[in-house]
Amino acid sequence: MNRQRNQSVSELDPSKWVERHGDVLYRYALARLRDPEAAEEVVQETFVSALRAVDQYSGQGAEGAWLLGILKRKVVDHVRRLSRFDAAAGGEADADPSEAMFDAKGNWRADAGFRKRRPEASLEREEFWEAFRKCLQGLPQKQADVFALREVDGLNSEEICNGLRISASNLWVLLHRARLRLTRCMQSHDED
Amino acid sequence: MLRCREISKLVSESMERKLSFREWLVLRMHLAMCGLCNGFAKQVRFLRTAARRNSQRLADGQTDSDVKLSPEARARIEAALRDSAK
Repeated sequence: MNRQRNQSVSELDPSKWVERHGDVLYRYALARLRDPEAAEEVVQETFVSALRAVDQYSGQGAEGAWLLGILKRKVVDHVRRLSRFDAAAGGEADADPSEAMFDAKGNWRADAGFRKRRPEASLEREEFWEAFRKCLQGLPQKQADVFALREVDGLNSEEICNGLRISASNLWVLLHRARLRLTRCMQSHDED
Repeated sequence: MLRCREISKLVSESMERKLSFREWLVLRMHLAMCGLCNGFAKQVRFLRTAARRNSQRLADGQTDSDVKLSPEARARIEAALRDSAK
């Protein structure tokens, strides 16, 4: 049988991991953590954990995707270790954008206007990603953390709550604030 | 009746959990007549699409292809892998 082919479909080859997946995983970790040292550490933890878990690899899906799944969980662990979510770390005083976006009655302020629709086509434009990155980076830290874990990494509420040891309602409040801010921020870039 | 402020919260939570029938109904009825909340709901869904695409681009190595593990980091990680394989 074709050994080469078999290998790519269902077998892992740890001796080639760093060569094959190291850079892509590092790039992902760096984009997420914006700290080269932390990104290297997370990539190393990913490979070491993966090596211990080779028995659990189902053979379904590509080796790279499997490793990326492990990396995302290492990213959650890393975010928890930064202790931003500890009760002692305190809140972010100006983190709730509601006052700026709703009037006293709870209606959208006049300038909220979500008139322009974002066509999917804008995803192909480099300026869109530039604005998206800027808006993400402009979020208060905790909101940026949970938004990225939820929407970029695609982890579910449960995985994030367990990983960060926060309650679901806490997570949902942070996600909602992040979404309010991001819609406003993307809106302002729209008008440029 | 719920105001846009609470409705926007429901929009967000509908991305996280299954709303109760009552909540779902209130949300549907409000969205049917409120252009601004409707716009917000569309934006929230669009943000998810955009974020997933962003992740996909990263995972496919489409962005920052000049960013690479340094030779030192690579050697360190190779060594850690060999160590834990023992």
